[in-house]
Amino acid sequence: MVTPHPNHKPPEHGIHLMTDTIKLDINGKAFTLAAEPRVTLLDALREHLGLTGTKKGCDQGQCGACTVHLDGERVLACLTLAAQAEGKAVTTIEGLAGEDGTLHAVQAAFLEHDAFQCGYCTPGQIMSAVACIREGHAGSDAEIREYMSGNLCRCGAYPHIVAAVRQAAEAVR
Amino acid sequence: MKPFTYSRAASLDESRTATTVAGAALLAGGTSLLDLAKCGVTEPEQVVDITRLDGLDTIQASSEGARFGALARMSRVAAHADVLANFPAVAQSLSLAASAQLRNMATLGGNLMQRTRCGYFRDPRAFPNCNKRNPGSGCAALGGVTRNHAVLGTSEACIASYPGDLATVLVAFDAVVHLGERAVPADDFFLLPGDTPDVEHPIQPGEVITAISIPGSAAAKRSTYLKVRDRQSYEFAAASAAVGLELEADGRTIRDLRVALGGVASKPWRSRAVEAELIGKSLTEEAVCAASWRAVDGAVPHGDNAYKIELAPRVVARAILSLGGLA
Ligand SMILES: Cc1cc2nc3c(=O)[nH]c(=O)nc-3n(C[C@H](O)[C@H](O)[C@H](O)COP(=O)(O)OP(=O)(O)OC[C@H]3O[C@@H](n4cnc5c(N)ncnc54)[C@H](O)[C@@H]3O)c2cc1C
Ligand code: SF4
Repeated sequence: MVTPHPNHKPPEHGIHLMTDTIKLDINGKAFTLAAEPRVTLLDALREHLGLTGTKKGCDQGQCGACTVHLDGERVLACLTLAAQAEGKAVTTIEGLAGEDGTLHAVQAAFLEHDAFQCGYCTPGQIMSAVACIREGHAGSDAEIREYMSGNLCRCGAYPHIVAAVRQAAEAVR
Repeated sequence: MKPFTYSRAASLDESRTATTVAGAALLAGGTSLLDLAKCGVTEPEQVVDITRLDGLDTIQASSEGARFGALARMSRVAAHADVLANFPAVAQSLSLAASAQLRNMATLGGNLMQRTRCGYFRDPRAFPNCNKRNPGSGCAALGGVTRNHAVLGTSEACIASYPGDLATVLVAFDAVVHLGERAVPADDFFLLPGDTPDVEHPIQPGEVITAISIPGSAAAKRSTYLKVRDRQSYEFAAASAAVGLELEADGRTIRDLRVALGGVASKPWRSRAVEAELIGKSLTEEAVCAASWRAVDGAVPHGDNAYKIELAPRVVARAILSLGGLA
């Protein structure tokens, strides 16, 4: 037998009332939300918790706009169920700056290098870049391009994004 | 996505039981399952998360061989020093696949089970006829846009290509897929489409992938994975080659050679004809280029994908020559 998740309530007579209580740790704060099990981490953040900094682009894992960190590692929130994130630390773009509003080195570098045009992919780019630098994959422009390839920018701001990541990597080092 | 229930398997036995329940699906990294659920290709009623099972994410590699737990994540295996040292083609095939985010999420077990990227397969609303999704309904790809379809191992029922990178390396080096007690050679783990393109693996209800193992060899230690694609990164292979090479003490004569192709066939495609042609011969550009054409023995083009028949042998040749220091 498959044991249901302790919070799981079975569907009632064909009506899909499968609302679960999902507990999430986001940017160091505890949240409890009532949501169906099919709700992705992306929709939980944006639609249930009002954390709209994480963007929905393709919603199919192809563009990287929804990149967040799970226990410090970059993942795609659109292909992660909110329930899968239970018990793990979620970090979003809203959790990157210091308490006093001081920007993270990567955020500051993106501003300095004008590493965006429309800005829609930017939160995902920044979350990805923070992890890319932490992983040690920002050693050269070629390496930055390869390890940032999961984040598409349809405005084509790539040269500035590479410059920003390079500068932030040096600042962190 | 249609509504489903979510639960966490508390033991391997629970996950085995889940595979016998109609409408239930195992969830590992979710990068394939949730993607296909969003496309409407799969409509699970029960999703059973197996990622919290203990002991299934181990990574071991030495010159004797490698063993990876089914839940080992792509990024971890790709970066593992012992894998890089003893099975470089395995590490390369993983780090050249998908994106850094997806590799952090995806598991090796889920990776093997990924489905074709055939655009008709992935769009049930627009294209109801797909023998892989809906047996007997026909094949919408025939006569359509076929740039990424297979030229090897196809059937009248289905011309889809298998898109995975890792599995191409696994068949080259005689890896084994472990389903608990039962062990299946990687080459047999992928089935030809024939009349039943919906049946892709010999895995039975009650079985889950527990591990992947690869015997050690000199060829695996001197190996490479060359992936050629429409854009430089974050793209599936137009054609790829997993190659391993062992030379005799004279440094010239080929003692052992492994060749497998990706992105061009209905399953990861071992090319024994190229191996047989070159083993015992001297490693020269001329011999390698001539023999590499055997990689597409029996290939059949379907419109747009004819370029793969030209491309695949060149990818094989370049991979062998680069390993031999000649390219
Ligand atoms: C945008 C994008 C680009 C990609 N590019 C590439 C690429 O270039 N190369 C490449 O090789 N791949 C690529 N992939 C595919 C990716 O590698 C797979 O989606 C991933 O490896 C699947 O692993 P998972 O753990 O997320 O599987 P899941 O999605 O969790 O599972 C996939 C399937 O396997 C089953 N399953 C999972 N674990 C087991 C088990 N232990 N036993 C039995 N069944 C199991 C599940 O029930 C499900 O049916 C790409 C994917 C995306 C979304
Ligand atoms: S090629 Fe195979 S997967 Fe694609 S539409 Fe035809 S039957 Fe379906």
